[in-house]
Amino acid sequence: MRSIFQSVFEWFDHRLGIRSSIWPIATHPVPKGLGWFYVFGSATLTLFMVQVITGICLAVVYVPSAADAYTSLEYLNNEQPLGWLLRAMHYWSASGMVVMIALHATRVFLMGAYKYPRELTWVLGVVLLLCTLGLAFTGQVLRWDQDAYWGLGVGVAMAGRAPLIGPTLVHILLGGPNIGGETLSRFFGLHVFVLPGLLIATLVPHLYLVVRQGISARPKPGQPVDPATYQAEYDAELKAGEPFFPHDVSRDAIFSALTVLVVFGLAVAFGPKGPGGPPDPTIIQAEPRPDWEFLPLFALLALTPPEMETAIMLVMPVVGIAILVLLPFVSGKGERSPRRRPIAVLIILVFFVSYGVLAYMGDKAPWSPQMDAWSGQPVPIAMVKQLSPQELQGAVVFQNKTCRNCHALDGTGGQRGPDLTLVANRLSNSELIRQVLQGGGNMPAYGKQLGPAEVEALVAFLETLHEADERPVRGVETSGAAFQTVDSVESSAAAPDVPSSKP
Amino acid sequence: MNEPAKTPDSADPHAARANPAQPCPGRPHRRNVLGWMSVGLGALATAAAGAPILGYLLSPILKTPKNEWAELGPVENFPEGETRLVDFIDPLHRPWDGDSQRLAAYVRRDAEGSFTVFSVNCTHLGCPVSWFPQSGLFLCPCHGGVYYEDGGRASGPPPRGLYTIESRVSEGKLAIRAGRLPTLQAPG
Repeated sequence: MRSIFQSVFEWFDHRLGIRSSIWPIATHPVPKGLGWFYVFGSATLTLFMVQVITGICLAVVYVPSAADAYTSLEYLNNEQPLGWLLRAMHYWSASGMVVMIALHATRVFLMGAYKYPRELTWVLGVVLLLCTLGLAFTGQVLRWDQDAYWGLGVGVAMAGRAPLIGPTLVHILLGGPNIGGETLSRFFGLHVFVLPGLLIATLVPHLYLVVRQGISARPKPGQPVDPATYQAEYDAELKAGEPFFPHDVSRDAIFSALTVLVVFGLAVAFGPKGPGGPPDPTIIQAEPRPDWEFLPLFALLALTPPEMETAIMLVMPVVGIAILVLLPFVSGKGERSPRRRPIAVLIILVFFVSYGVLAYMGDKAPWSPQMDAWSGQPVPIAMVKQLSPQELQGAVVFQNKTCRNCHALDGTGGQRGPDLTLVANRLSNSELIRQVLQGGGNMPAYGKQLGPAEVEALVAFLETLHEADERPVRGVETSGAAFQTVDSVESSAAAPDVPSSKP
Repeated sequence: MNEPAKTPDSADPHAARANPAQPCPGRPHRRNVLGWMSVGLGALATAAAGAPILGYLLSPILKTPKNEWAELGPVENFPEGETRLVDFIDPLHRPWDGDSQRLAAYVRRDAEGSFTVFSVNCTHLGCPVSWFPQSGLFLCPCHGGVYYEDGGRASGPPPRGLYTIESRVSEGKLAIRAGRLPTLQAPG
């Protein structure tokens, strides 16, 4: 038996030259003691392969047409045998790929492995990271649902701010004047042909360089990289090293296998993501949220002052990419060990803490008004007990004028504005009137939206919102003087839908 | 093709001198010509194949759509002093647009009877704003932008008021010039 295999192998080897080409690569020496921090790159590659295979499987059922994509996704979820699992694996593996490439880049950064002579490997890695994020965004669009539709709207609204080329860019991205059939087809083309092609075309030289420059040894404090002596030092490391195959590769294989198992477990446990509501632009009760990778950006755009926004949308990505690309050329020498590079460690800490906090904020989105609170969350009963008719009327105004969408009472309602449960402890009568009429902060001015009787009732209600044993804040102005302002703002106003409080 | 042969080899002494290892003085010249031809023809072929590809990909900005007016129905459907959400079919839609060919806009008919039509897209980042007639405000669910009933910016991150859409009344029917996604630099 063995001799048959042997001769078959010999036949192939004679033609392919396996022994002389692939075998030396597989068994190339690597420094000793690399350990478990070196496994994230191969895990990213493994998940990419999962993506390619599950992606091809999905593509044979999914219909990349605006008219049928949503139906075909529902078919995949509910009718196609194991369609739900393939969709789930594709989603969770995509998330895993973003996590793994981030860990890989972090490891390379912290251990200074991007330094001489591996600068080009790092730059190609940056392209791979961008391809991965591009795949994550375009994949979200192919999940042709409400979030995808409005998410595209957000994406092109950002692109549309680019100086000079903005509107043209929007047209080209959308494939037409509006989001529609050609938009989905364009993003399908990007997601299944252009970006994977670009990724593979970058991956090949990336891996070639990994083999050619060798895997960097674990950094030792006090052993800085000096291009003049590095090669000799590295050669000495390799001499004392061990072959990549079969020993060192096993760590990669074990970790990759575990990663795939975790992805599989998540897919089985949590299933596929979406599709959410149908991509019908006339259903405007949509609250689009990006997938988790882009939640920090969503949060950043809500939390920054408007005058900085365009810079964050257009300049920050360019600067970010430029920093990543230039990094090995700016700090391509010197210490590699994170113990001697506190700023590098700090950068990573600040980045991940900011990313985590912003992602959490993006998920909670306290800046978003709660669009149904005005009709769905009544003023708590305890707060309207023993109120005068006018104060009760104020509570009705508070509810009807959609104040609840932004203001919480006793923990329920929107969180865009401050919780008003104890507002009378901090604002006097005249301050309340001023805030209602003129707005300020993020609040619109209600001067033209409310009649004098409504303002009077509303403020009377708000003044009851204080702690039982604490008197409300007293203003200097009398309420009568303040209400003259109301009358001048809206002289002929009658409260149409709220009868004024009766004596 | 005759041109290289016509040129006397001696007329190009540089070619021979530049590469003294060449056994035959005519060879380098011919190679030179072949080299330049491969570059020139290659460029021509790339341009010939590339131009239509670029034109095809950029076609969305090259073609001008013809009919952009969408009818929203008789003017009686819009009571004076009210703002209403209307659905219409995108006049520029593709046959395979599916649900995405359905668009929405807010029609406001003021007390004097004139119409203002607003795009549903928030001017901040394009999310769909909701109209609350009780408070006379448009609210955006994404980052909390607020607009007054006349479309003016009230609060939050939007850099301007709501986008307005050109409208006209002909034969008692309201029509709008729609189908383009408004953005900050191309609001119309």
